[in-house]
Amino acid sequence: MESATVAIDHAHEEHHGPPEANQSSRIDRQTLGILLFIVSEIMLFGAFFAAYFFLRVVVSPPNWPPDPYELPVHVALVNTCILVSSSFTIHYALEAIRKGNRKGLKLGLVLTWMLGATFLFIQINEYAHIGFSARDLAFGSIFYSLTGLHGAHVFVGLMLLSFATIRAFRGHFGPEAKDHLGVEVPGIYWHFVDVMWIVVFLTVYVL
Amino acid sequence: MHNPLRSEADAFKWFVVVLLGAISVGVLAALTRPLVGVIWAALVICVGGAVAYRDSRGRIPEDVPLTRGGDGRHRLLVVANETVGGAALLEEIGRRCRDRDCEILVITPALAASRANHWASDIDEAIVLARQRMELSVIEVEQRLQLKAKGEIGDSDPNVAIGDALRVFAADEIVISTHPPQTSRWLERGVVDRAREEIDLPITHVVVDLAAERAGGRAAASS
Repeated sequence: MESATVAIDHAHEEHHGPPEANQSSRIDRQTLGILLFIVSEIMLFGAFFAAYFFLRVVVSPPNWPPDPYELPVHVALVNTCILVSSSFTIHYALEAIRKGNRKGLKLGLVLTWMLGATFLFIQINEYAHIGFSARDLAFGSIFYSLTGLHGAHVFVGLMLLSFATIRAFRGHFGPEAKDHLGVEVPGIYWHFVDVMWIVVFLTVYVL
Repeated sequence: MHNPLRSEADAFKWFVVVLLGAISVGVLAALTRPLVGVIWAALVICVGGAVAYRDSRGRIPEDVPLTRGGDGRHRLLVVANETVGGAALLEEIGRRCRDRDCEILVITPALAASRANHWASDIDEAIVLARQRMELSVIEVEQRLQLKAKGEIGDSDPNVAIGDALRVFAADEIVISTHPPQTSRWLERGVVDRAREEIDLPITHVVVDLAAERAGGRAAASS
């Protein structure tokens, strides 16, 4: 995992500036960075899930969700399908650029962005019509905290996808792995956001 | 041990696995009771964790992409650590490069002293030692064999170090130097065999017996 590259050709020359950074050999720095970031994000989500399960299992109210509240499971299921589809489209975009298909890259990125934006729009719409707020019991607080935290991540993902899409339309990115890191890294993040939603959906709406 | 999540393709694979697991949990919970779904989810998570752990152990043989030179130069990739300055290795390099326009890259993996050091990424000392050996061996190759050489410190896993080197160095053949079989950890780990499985290049294995070389050197000096 660890390695350092030191060219002997320059070993005897006077060195200026900071020493060359160690670099993990099979994973580039950007990808490693997003993975470490995701690990920290999992811990953040873990804290929110701990609070959720504390309320649900330890406090154990007689009904969940507490009366008279109801969760719009079917709307959330449709929204889940939309977000899950976006993981397939971002993967399609990356597969396309790996094969040098720029058109596929653009199409995949635009579709992913649109699906993500639709998800966010439906979620905001759900908040507007759900019939309770974050102030309504601990249930309301944890519901808005968990889904809101995830929504914030979708928003960040959309920002990253926006940059990637604009760059794709400007002719950036190429088939070589080092030439499409700008899509690869948001792609990994997007899959993480989708996986987290699957977990949020299962725990909050289904179980 | 390696990271099972290295790229978007890996992330997508895990996403599909999570999705299928979640569908099974959702369907089961809907058909029975939420508690059954929770138990099934716990089982699926345990199995998924075990698969991820198993995937991260060891490495499946894979094809290493090669960079081709095509300029008529013979490029030799030498992989060695403690044996990097061994006479047998220098002889082999000399033999391989005889009457050829040869370019040599010496890769010296920075071996962590222990597993604890490896996990703590405490390899600074290993890098320093590897660099010292590598620099001395490059000087030896250049001065004694009159060949052009450069050196790099590689990954602590020799096979990974070879794969990394081949991405930037258009090697025509590879020489891997190890201790004798009784003392070589690389041979115990199957470094040479794995390299032969993974890489479509001629690979020469050189055994360097440093103890015998030192004993020979002392005997020559005393006589």
